[in-house]
Amino acid sequence: MSSSDKAAVGTSQAPAEDLVWRADVDRSCRVPVGFFFASAVFWLLVGTLLAVLAAKKMHTPEFLANWEFLTFGRIRPAHLNTTIFGWASMAGVGVLLWLEARLCRVRLPLGGLLVAGCTLWNVAVAGGTYEILAGRGTSVEWLEFPYFWSFFFAGVFGVVMVASIMMFSARRVSHIYVSQWYLFGSVLWFPFLYLMANTLIHPGALGGVVQAVANWWFAHNVLGLWFTPVGLATVYYLLPKLLGVPIHSYHLSILGFWTLALFYNWAGTHHLIGGPIPAWLVTVGIVGSMMMFIPVGTVAINHHMTMRGHFHRLLDSPTLRFTVFGAMSYTAVSVQGSLTSLRMVNEVGHFTHYTVAHAHLGVYAFFTMVMFGAIYYIAPRLFHREWASARFISLHFWTVAVGIALYWVGLTLGGWRQGLMMNDPDIPFLDTMAFTVPYLWSRTLAGVLMAVGHVVFAVLVWRMVFGPGGLRTGPTLLRPRVAAGGEGVDA
Amino acid sequence: MNRAPFLYFGVLATVVASFLGLVQIPELVLRDLEPVVGEDGVARPVRPEGNVAAGRAEYVSLGCIYCHSQQVRPPGYGADIERGWGSRRTVARDHVHDQPPLLGTMRTGPDLANIGVRQPSENWHLLHLYEPTLTSPRSLMPPHRFLFDLRAVELERPADALDFPPEYSLAADMAVVPTARARALVAYLKSLDASFPVPEAP
Repeated sequence: MSSSDKAAVGTSQAPAEDLVWRADVDRSCRVPVGFFFASAVFWLLVGTLLAVLAAKKMHTPEFLANWEFLTFGRIRPAHLNTTIFGWASMAGVGVLLWLEARLCRVRLPLGGLLVAGCTLWNVAVAGGTYEILAGRGTSVEWLEFPYFWSFFFAGVFGVVMVASIMMFSARRVSHIYVSQWYLFGSVLWFPFLYLMANTLIHPGALGGVVQAVANWWFAHNVLGLWFTPVGLATVYYLLPKLLGVPIHSYHLSILGFWTLALFYNWAGTHHLIGGPIPAWLVTVGIVGSMMMFIPVGTVAINHHMTMRGHFHRLLDSPTLRFTVFGAMSYTAVSVQGSLTSLRMVNEVGHFTHYTVAHAHLGVYAFFTMVMFGAIYYIAPRLFHREWASARFISLHFWTVAVGIALYWVGLTLGGWRQGLMMNDPDIPFLDTMAFTVPYLWSRTLAGVLMAVGHVVFAVLVWRMVFGPGGLRTGPTLLRPRVAAGGEGVDA
Repeated sequence: MNRAPFLYFGVLATVVASFLGLVQIPELVLRDLEPVVGEDGVARPVRPEGNVAAGRAEYVSLGCIYCHSQQVRPPGYGADIERGWGSRRTVARDHVHDQPPLLGTMRTGPDLANIGVRQPSENWHLLHLYEPTLTSPRSLMPPHRFLFDLRAVELERPADALDFPPEYSLAADMAVVPTARARALVAYLKSLDASFPVPEAP
């Protein structure tokens, strides 16, 4: 890693002029980024409520069965869209804007437009979710909001893209840090994906199964070219910041970025293995998925080598704990995803709860945990306040960490066995369904645990934004600092 | 890596490449697919119209896709055909009229690609929608009672009332009548048939 990398990220012992420009940048971010964070947490709560209801309905079909708008087939897509477009994307936009402003060392531009955009985004998530519950969802997975609302998201994302390009063009640092490559990628990739998918699928510009292929090209890339780059950019920023050491290898960073850009895009058709599409299309998806071992391996090595010798910091730093949990889950979900794309594995796991567990390992254990870590780091800098309670942060961590672990283990085991039973024609189908019930209960229990964590997190964010009054200046650590590092407000 | 134009170009080129490869080329390859005309002169798959199209819209609206697939995997891959979910694998041609295709990714319930052939009884479908465990014991499917009207029987029982099995207790002076939505949904389910011969999947 070059010395300028270190300068771009900064270390804990910051000179006075650095403190001045950082405070200036943070001030410009306070309202827009704070608004995106607060909105994200609101949608996290809504999405969690829908999730717990849906989880309970899966094993207790009589639960709330007489209300059509709460039928499983509606709250399930409502859950997905509120968590993806509400929670995850809004948290992602907030983190992205702040990281870009800090890394480019410029004030966040278009503050008023971004606030208006965030308002519109909230309106669109609310409107689209209402329409799904009212029965006007599209049944195109990850694009269930009716066509109309896509104009809102595309418009607001356009503002985010312009703000990003303005910051990038005006950057006061000649070196482009690895996080910026990923942020820059995500901010160009997502609008392209979203526009293409909405233009072609909803009006039916593509014929028959090609719509399904385009659907999975889009849906897989929401994870691959939007959440993953934002999540990795955040990890690449936070690890050296918190540890006060540079990223292990600049060359591994480059290899990881370009191989992700090259291969992730092509993986989507592994969602259609065995389906009514040409075999070569599926094979392309499998090849893309297997090639993902390269970016995933390089990122894992790079992060692990950066962390080496610093793992004891997981004891005191809330941000680091969430971020490292997320980074490790990225490796796990990616390895699992590549292996699941193999035809022999997919034959069992496809169409079962195994895949549902895998999806949550990606969006939750990786991305959501990294976003929690980032918000714990960024919000005190925006609001000049510290987190109200270390015990609450600890409670948040343990409920969601145990929750997602239980979720993944239960549904992976249950789903795999469900797949094996489904592929044995001597077992009546209803037996395979009955078999899953205890595992579905474990998912509901996991969901309740995560819901408790989310409420605790929401209380912390509420007190951060609206505050109890007195400002604290020292960082909120989970226990007394065991080694020096840069977690304080001034870092 | 400090050259912004290189970054711009690389980022856009990678995503455009996959768009061309995974969306545009398949569209070029598959867009001329046509239904097959059988010996009886009927072109299959049949384009959904009238009540069947209305039922398809209900299928979309109720989110059936989140638990039911509509695709039969090929012989030797899974056990879809052995389970009787189809007589052949499904192919792209089966979906030429589908906007959007409802292939599904989850089988909490069974595959429905051939449900019209496998379960031709209207009353079975209506009972199953009203109370799934009546036809499929231990089923986890949510009951769709909101698609039915509960009516008091005054002089004579409505002609379209559901015929319940004897063990199901419903007050003697009540009748369950399907709404137009339930009828449309059943018409759609009964239309699902991917068993006709196609050249690409014997």
